[in-house]
Amino acid sequence: MKVVIDAALCQGQGRCFSIAPRIFDFDDLGNGVVIGDGTLSAETLELARLAEANCPEHAIFIEESS
Amino acid sequence: MTDIEAKRPVRDFATDWDHTDPQWVHDPYPIWEDLRERCPVAHTDRYGGGWFPTTHEMVSSIANDTEHFTSHQVVVIQTKNPEGAPPAPMGGAPPITSDPPFHQIARRLILPAFAPGPVNALEGQVRALCVKHLDALGEVNEFDAATNYAQFISPGVIGKMLGFPESDEDLFREFVHLVLDLVDLEPAVRIPMFVPMAEYFTAQIEDHVANPRDDFTSYLLNVEVNGEKLSPEHVRGTMVLTLVAGIDTTWSAIGSAIWHLATHAEDLARLVAEPTLMTLAVEEFLRFYAPVTMARLVKEDLDFYGVAMKKDDWILLGFPAANRDPEAFVDADKFIIDRAVNRHAAFGLGIHRCAGSNLARMELRVAIEEFIARYPKFELADPSAVTWAQGQVRGPRSIPLRVVA
Repeated sequence: MKVVIDAALCQGQGRCFSIAPRIFDFDDLGNGVVIGDGTLSAETLELARLAEANCPEHAIFIEESS
Repeated sequence: MTDIEAKRPVRDFATDWDHTDPQWVHDPYPIWEDLRERCPVAHTDRYGGGWFPTTHEMVSSIANDTEHFTSHQVVVIQTKNPEGAPPAPMGGAPPITSDPPFHQIARRLILPAFAPGPVNALEGQVRALCVKHLDALGEVNEFDAATNYAQFISPGVIGKMLGFPESDEDLFREFVHLVLDLVDLEPAVRIPMFVPMAEYFTAQIEDHVANPRDDFTSYLLNVEVNGEKLSPEHVRGTMVLTLVAGIDTTWSAIGSAIWHLATHAEDLARLVAEPTLMTLAVEEFLRFYAPVTMARLVKEDLDFYGVAMKKDDWILLGFPAANRDPEAFVDADKFIIDRAVNRHAAFGLGIHRCAGSNLARMELRVAIEEFIARYPKFELADPSAVTWAQGQVRGPRSIPLRVVA
């Protein structure tokens, strides 16, 4: 599983990197960015799902990695 | 204030809403709930005509639709498109009053200063400010948590950021009161009241031109876009926005959180006992007591969820109402201090997301942390003496508290 942020939807609400700072960081404008390639472990999947559920802009997606 | 007191009372908010009506100011939530079930887009002929959508879906749809709704005026007043105001696409207070594509240019200029990095660096300063004002309360057992605490925090932070004298904080509160609270005055009364504010900003700009320094005002005066400095109207507009948007919004959020804790002993006790709850609690304070309602103007006639909107109709864009929509939140009408899933819209949605949200959130958290560390138990000394701000920023303006031993 992988987590991605759709940069076109992200408005820098700041919820993801507050909820899951091991998965998400922020750029110079305060927009969310995924740390590394976004691959999720069993341990981080739950946190990523929580971040997804809290994003006011619906900008976070969890995808099956191929 | 006689104009306000003499106003015609609202009989039905569905057809005649007024966000300065005493009933709305005192407790708007039952009104919104009723409208959401009955309308759900309320109308008024006041303020030259406008709409108040009450569902999260509608609020989100308008916030994300810059094609049909302009941000040219974001505060509902008696005058639409006033003469002499800076024209579109910039508007009077960029980027909040700007539409695309200019909006993006104006916004990118200011976002770095409010990104988490620079904001986190201010936490020590904010904490020291909170402690200073708590210390100033001394040993009293009863005080007003709005006028003796909450209202001091954000002016101190924003004034320093802009490089304005600390001694001018009373003036800042007067300016904000004029822009955001006294919205129902007739233009002939209201417009001349802006003169001292304009003169104050002129003096600050002149001082920063003569004595540049490391603050946000000097940054705006010197920053270049495509090799050119910003127009004087742009610099002034963004300075005004920073001051106005950065002050009573945050102090309202702090005040509402204190009011909640004063009236819900179980939540106060839990927050004192479990400091790690603060992250979730802050988001629930923001959802449940979202201070800021925005506005838009309709660009061209359009059909919106079955209502016929006309060009230049106001939209009162109620993010606080969206945050109470049961379609969007489980138990929307309940304050749940450890609510884990909380997709609230307190900072707006879409391209106009509050640029200062990281700062506001940090100030709210630190102000409450320090307050409950100093006073782990408190209650309202006089519930009937609590008053709330009128207009588009909601928060308590008086919170008489009693410290409980």
